[in-house]
Amino acid sequence: MEKRVVFRSSWLPYALVAPQMAITLVFFFWPASQALFQSLLLQDAFAAKTQFVWFDNFRDLFNDPRYLASFRTTAVFSALVTVLGLSISLLLAVFADRVVRGARIYKTLLIWPYAVATAVAAILFVFLLNPTLGVVTHFLRAIGIDWNYLLNPTQAMILVVVAAVWKQISYNFLFFLAGLQAIPRSLVEAAAIDGAGPSRRFWTIVFPLLSPTTFFLMVVNVVYAFFDTFAIIDASTGGGPVQATTILVFKVYQDGTQALDLNSSAAQSVILMAIVVALSVIQFRYVERKVQY
Amino acid sequence: MVEHRPLRAVASHLILIAGVAVVALPIYVAFVASTLSFDQVTTVPMPMLPGTQLVHNYSEVIAHGSTLGSKAPVGRMLWNSLIMALGVAIGKIAISILSAFAIVYFRFPLRRTCFWMIFITLMLPVEVRIFPTYKVVSDLGLIDTYPGLILPLIASATATFLFRQFFMTIPDELAEAARIDGAGPMRFFVDVVLPLSRTSIAALFVIMFVYGWNQYLWPLLVTTREDMYTVVIGIKRMVAGGDQATEWQLVMATAMLALLPPVAVVVLMQRLFVRGLVETEK
Repeated sequence: MEKRVVFRSSWLPYALVAPQMAITLVFFFWPASQALFQSLLLQDAFAAKTQFVWFDNFRDLFNDPRYLASFRTTAVFSALVTVLGLSISLLLAVFADRVVRGARIYKTLLIWPYAVATAVAAILFVFLLNPTLGVVTHFLRAIGIDWNYLLNPTQAMILVVVAAVWKQISYNFLFFLAGLQAIPRSLVEAAAIDGAGPSRRFWTIVFPLLSPTTFFLMVVNVVYAFFDTFAIIDASTGGGPVQATTILVFKVYQDGTQALDLNSSAAQSVILMAIVVALSVIQFRYVERKVQY
Repeated sequence: MVEHRPLRAVASHLILIAGVAVVALPIYVAFVASTLSFDQVTTVPMPMLPGTQLVHNYSEVIAHGSTLGSKAPVGRMLWNSLIMALGVAIGKIAISILSAFAIVYFRFPLRRTCFWMIFITLMLPVEVRIFPTYKVVSDLGLIDTYPGLILPLIASATATFLFRQFFMTIPDELAEAARIDGAGPMRFFVDVVLPLSRTSIAALFVIMFVYGWNQYLWPLLVTTREDMYTVVIGIKRMVAGGDQATEWQLVMATAMLALLPPVAVVVLMQRLFVRGLVETEK
């Protein structure tokens, strides 16, 4: 789509795009190209010698059991966050769509966790589930569960998943509710007249019509679980115990700051970039398809 | 509602209320903890009704921080967070509305190149280019400064695209009329485009304010001095003092202070927020 009416000036458009171009070049293209370049180098710990090693850093990574374990952790984590987050929000959205009175109040009461910083969300759950003081820990003990996420890898994973899902519910809920409200009432009513019960109507009419929203949210949630949950990991488990919650983006940070292996860290960044680009392509292709409908 | 079944309506309300309660539980517990004394908060189980220390705890953290963990006053951190959030929101809106205007209303060589260069930034979050960006910022001497906190975060395309989409919907007749009346492009921008974009700007502002306020990884790297911490970072530093020594009542007071401004913005400007959210995601 292009504008028919345009203005003419030889310098003004450049002046207008200049600020954004400058910032993009300095803080985006330069660092991104540095990451690409560094991923192909090998530096010793004191940065005295630098060697160009082509793809050795990548080969080392894929031979490193700890990196592969981090891949697996990320896969488990993002699958849990996406599936749990989407199902809980869909459930709430379906019921909020159904009630006649108070739907707006429920909406207000459910959207605010979006505004809570991921790091703050993590701290809230660290407090709730603290091994010694936690309120929820107390109840878990009472029903015989020995809760200590600092020692138990599975429990650590549960903690970060719960915090991540809690934070993302409002976002999913909003989009599901909007999607549900866009479904023509007449379709649902026609099915009701034909004698289809609520659950039948949901699975044969509402759910399929909602699939574009669901697919969109799936991609968004996977991206969220991959990247935006760094703060949750760092503020709660710190990747532990024993790497149990070290997701990829946390490992990039850990290897860069603690292990001081900047080249490996850069190579990991490049792999993450490839993953984001792939996810974005999936998302754009889907958007194109939706336009054709 | 397709059928009238009062029982089912009641069930729906119950499920929704349960959902709201579960979502609100962590905040309620945090709020209660922030009103208790140190001894109360460390008893197991902790009291579940608010205590009497509300004013004491909040004034304590705002003025002096925690006593055992980080001693940086939270008042200062809130100020830093505010500057950062406003800087990110205003900066991003300012640079992207200008470049979107140029891309939509002018034909110039390199226009496509500019468009694609901005477009690519959509794809890479800060997290994946964090160390090289850190190096750039440190080479420019921007560590522990507000520009260092803000500038790298406004290099993103979402806002530019939102404005571009919106400008496309402005009728061509308006630009035509402006040209016939002898108005230059900047006059047109100020008198026609800006007023028409008011709602989009406001919606974007809400989203970007929340985004800027809640940043974690970037401020963690770029701030080394306590007086430059944002409040989200400050909380983490308070907890890091070891499990037994953590003064949870003060940490929770700080958490409440950290989440209140963005939550207030989202709840009070709910319509703008929802609109901004839907638009930035197309």
